Amino acid sequence: MPQDRYFQQIETASRDYLRAVQSARLIQMVRNCYENVPFYKAKFDALGLLPGDIHSIDDLQKLPFTTKQDLRDNYPYGLFAVSPDRLVRIHASSGTTGKQTVVGYTQEDVLHWSEGAARALVAAGCTKNDYVHVSYGYGLFTGGLGLHDGAALLGATVIPVSSGNTKRQVQILQDFHSDFLCCTPSYAMFIGETVAEMGIDPKTLPLRGGIFGAEPWTPNMRKEIERLLAIDAHDIYGLSEIAGPGVSYDCMAFDGLHVCEDYFYPEIVDPDTLRSLPDGEYGELVFTCIGKEALPLLRYRTRDISALTHETCSCGRTFVRMHKPRGRSDDMLIIRGVNVFPSQVEHVILEQGLEPNYQIIVERVDNLDVMTVMVELSDAMFSDSVSAIEVATARLRNAMLSTLGVSANIRLVDPRTLPRSEGKAVRVLDKRNVTEYHVGAKKE
Amino acid sequence: MLIDQVSAFIENKPGRLVEILTLLGEGGIDLRAYSVAETTEFGILRMLVDRPEDAVALLKAQGFRANKTEILGVAIPHVPGSSVAVLQVLSDAGINVEYTYAFVTPGAGDALLFLRVENNTAAQAALCAAGISLSEVKMLY
Repeated sequence: MPQDRYFQQIETASRDYLRAVQSARLIQMVRNCYENVPFYKAKFDALGLLPGDIHSIDDLQKLPFTTKQDLRDNYPYGLFAVSPDRLVRIHASSGTTGKQTVVGYTQEDVLHWSEGAARALVAAGCTKNDYVHVSYGYGLFTGGLGLHDGAALLGATVIPVSSGNTKRQVQILQDFHSDFLCCTPSYAMFIGETVAEMGIDPKTLPLRGGIFGAEPWTPNMRKEIERLLAIDAHDIYGLSEIAGPGVSYDCMAFDGLHVCEDYFYPEIVDPDTLRSLPDGEYGELVFTCIGKEALPLLRYRTRDISALTHETCSCGRTFVRMHKPRGRSDDMLIIRGVNVFPSQVEHVILEQGLEPNYQIIVERVDNLDVMTVMVELSDAMFSDSVSAIEVATARLRNAMLSTLGVSANIRLVDPRTLPRSEGKAVRVLDKRNVTEYHVGAKKE
Repeated sequence: MLIDQVSAFIENKPGRLVEILTLLGEGGIDLRAYSVAETTEFGILRMLVDRPEDAVALLKAQGFRANKTEILGVAIPHVPGSSVAVLQVLSDAGINVEYTYAFVTPGAGDALLFLRVENNTAAQAALCAAGISLSEVKMLY
């Protein structure tokens, strides 16, 4: 097994072998859920289901679904299946109305997640001889530590730069000999533009490739990043509920993202009927964490819309491939890598004593997501003094930033001009051209 | 003297100012003076009108944000440097002027200076103490 092509042998295992692994892990996981997570015990009891009823991965459809709401209802640790002595890490992502979605990992869970990220790096051409420049944020967000651990497991040299201070990022790209860059695609774009602004020819940079994820990006953005940084730009997919970045990833064929299905078993279901859909059909992506100990989620509904294909890839990997997600089955927005729900925006507006009439506009300006919240000016907020209105606007802007974790512009509009909350108000205008995303992951 | 100024919010979109002025015109409100304060995000139209209460009611009924604020009106001689004397008094008294505008009525000898300050009473006291007349701003009405 040449390590320069695959990180682990299982990536090219036969479908039969994979099914055997998946069946064994599912059986073990179901037992763990039943015995250690009261939430799942109650669900099994309600369905009249026992762990012994699950004999193989083919029985997956007998199992109940899990939603983000279930995580919220059991905030923070209610769905954990292990005691604190076995937990080694906590991560969290922003949730609705201020409550975060909290996830936990055992040593083994961190290892499996790291394997996913290491597989992604190797699939992008990274080796243990390379310097891996991580510009994802480090912290509760899984981006930074996910790629960090993956690169470390591979044996590459990690440069844990974290995000921000873009000129310094470019300096490090040059001086520290970064071979691979890991960050959000919009930040990659920004770094690329900074390279140009600093008058540096990207071809003179040692950089060979990049692994970009945590937000949707278009084929055009990929081309632009590849031009600006003179590299191949690879997509990496993940979500903290399942593990983090490394759940699936691009290979050199750029023909769909390979899912680490030995740990994270994917299904596509119709979001309305919840019936399983065959290969090639678009529906909601659902994962069962067959390899997880701390947070063994059964059939977790990601709300991402995608499709699967089980055909062996031209790269030789047998791992099922998922299309780049082409949208959401809920109203969640991803703004510069941060999950934002319109209900959070509404929460802030109400908290500030304003009427819940608002509209969210998302645009991509100079390749960065820009969110603008249009709010009807209240009588109390109006004043003949410009500074008084500006102070009130700044207060609202700060409240948005602290609740959403991402900045929003505030635009004041006349009263009674925005759609009302009754009926189907158009709350969100996403002008980022989402339809472009499903043009296929395949690169010309 | 204190004068009722009418202010209205102007959303940052084309034609909004015209709409407000048209509305007031059709309502028979007579404008004596107006100015627009603008930021990159919005504007505030400030007006001196013959019937401030009616103007605010009219604007609000049509869905505009509007209010009435008392500002200071001072008649000053129409000679070079006269407004400086007023502003200097306020400055010496530590009174901040949020905004100000002035105009001259053709034919009249005096100019009118309007000042928005945080504390009208303190400002009036300071001007009186400095011997600046706060007589009726007659030519306005």
